[in-house]
Amino acid sequence: MTTTKAEWPLWEVFVRSKSGLDHKHCGSLHAADPKMALQMARDVYTRRQEGTSVWVVRSDQIVASDPGDKDMYFDPAEDKVYRHPTFYKLPDAVDHM
Amino acid sequence: MQGSISLGNDPKFQYLLRIGDTTLVLGQRIAEWCGHAPVLEEDIALANMALDLIGQARAVLTHAGAVDGRGHDEDQLAFLRAERDYRNVTLAELPRGDFAFTVVRNTIVATFLKLLWEKLADSSDAELAAIAGKAVKEARYHQQHAADWVARLGDGTDESRRRTESALATAWLYTPELFAADAVDEAARASGLGPRWSELKDAWLAEMTEILAEGGLAVPGEQSFVSTGKQGVHTEHMGHMLSEMQHLQRAFPGGAW
Repeated sequence: MTTTKAEWPLWEVFVRSKSGLDHKHCGSLHAADPKMALQMARDVYTRRQEGTSVWVVRSDQIVASDPGDKDMYFDPAEDKVYRHPTFYKLPDAVDHM
Repeated sequence: MQGSISLGNDPKFQYLLRIGDTTLVLGQRIAEWCGHAPVLEEDIALANMALDLIGQARAVLTHAGAVDGRGHDEDQLAFLRAERDYRNVTLAELPRGDFAFTVVRNTIVATFLKLLWEKLADSSDAELAAIAGKAVKEARYHQQHAADWVARLGDGTDESRRRTESALATAWLYTPELFAADAVDEAARASGLGPRWSELKDAWLAEMTEILAEGGLAVPGEQSFVSTGKQGVHTEHMGHMLSEMQHLQRAFPGGAW
């Protein structure tokens, strides 16, 4: 990533919606520090009532898997259908599964 | 071309116009930043604030029109008055200036409006109290957002500090009007409609002092000039702003979309 000195760092924004149970990634923005990032996230990503809670995290603090490792990382799970708990019959009273 | 409407002089109506017009005119000025703010994120933030203020103006002007009893709705009040019939404080109508001026003015006005809405939430007028209950949440955010910029610009580079000091020196000249007492204020106090604006001065000055200190900025001294926007006597900038703001309703009366 090339940055000039004058450019504000990039932040990733996560918003928990009214109905949602967890924070979901919704985009990114530039801001000088955490406080500004949070305010800008509020203004840019929650102006249509999308949110009840916002997280921001510096993009350079996220450790990501290498797209080149995709085959090695994820393909081995493809034929292991028994890892899904789909063979149990759930009682009706159990929600959110 | 649509002509101007005429209005009553009831003190309650005048008190409501001062609030509705100050939010309307400041909203218009802040909206002028749309597409021009220093960074995209702040552009959206300023547009949000402008829309909050215009939303407050819509609610207050709709109510004011009902109080006046001449059948004027929010659009007619916002767009079909002659310049002398606007009652906004002068500070709100000054040109948008540079970003430092906008930040300083927004801090001054948002701090004032926050304190005013807090009082108005207890108004004897249930409609105004309800509007205030919603608006105070918006004003709190406007104050925090603008105050953070005061700290950043005041404590930033040589240039940002120079511009902020210059903006403060200019904007401060127009602050005595916010607290100048008159018969409209007294009538509002007597009826329980709202506070005398002069009652908000101590709390406003205390909050402003704290905000300015965060940016290493000194509170400018007292001075005797009192601007007169609340009385309908405006600066030379008002007419130019109104010509742009009113153009559509004047050219296409009743236009809506």
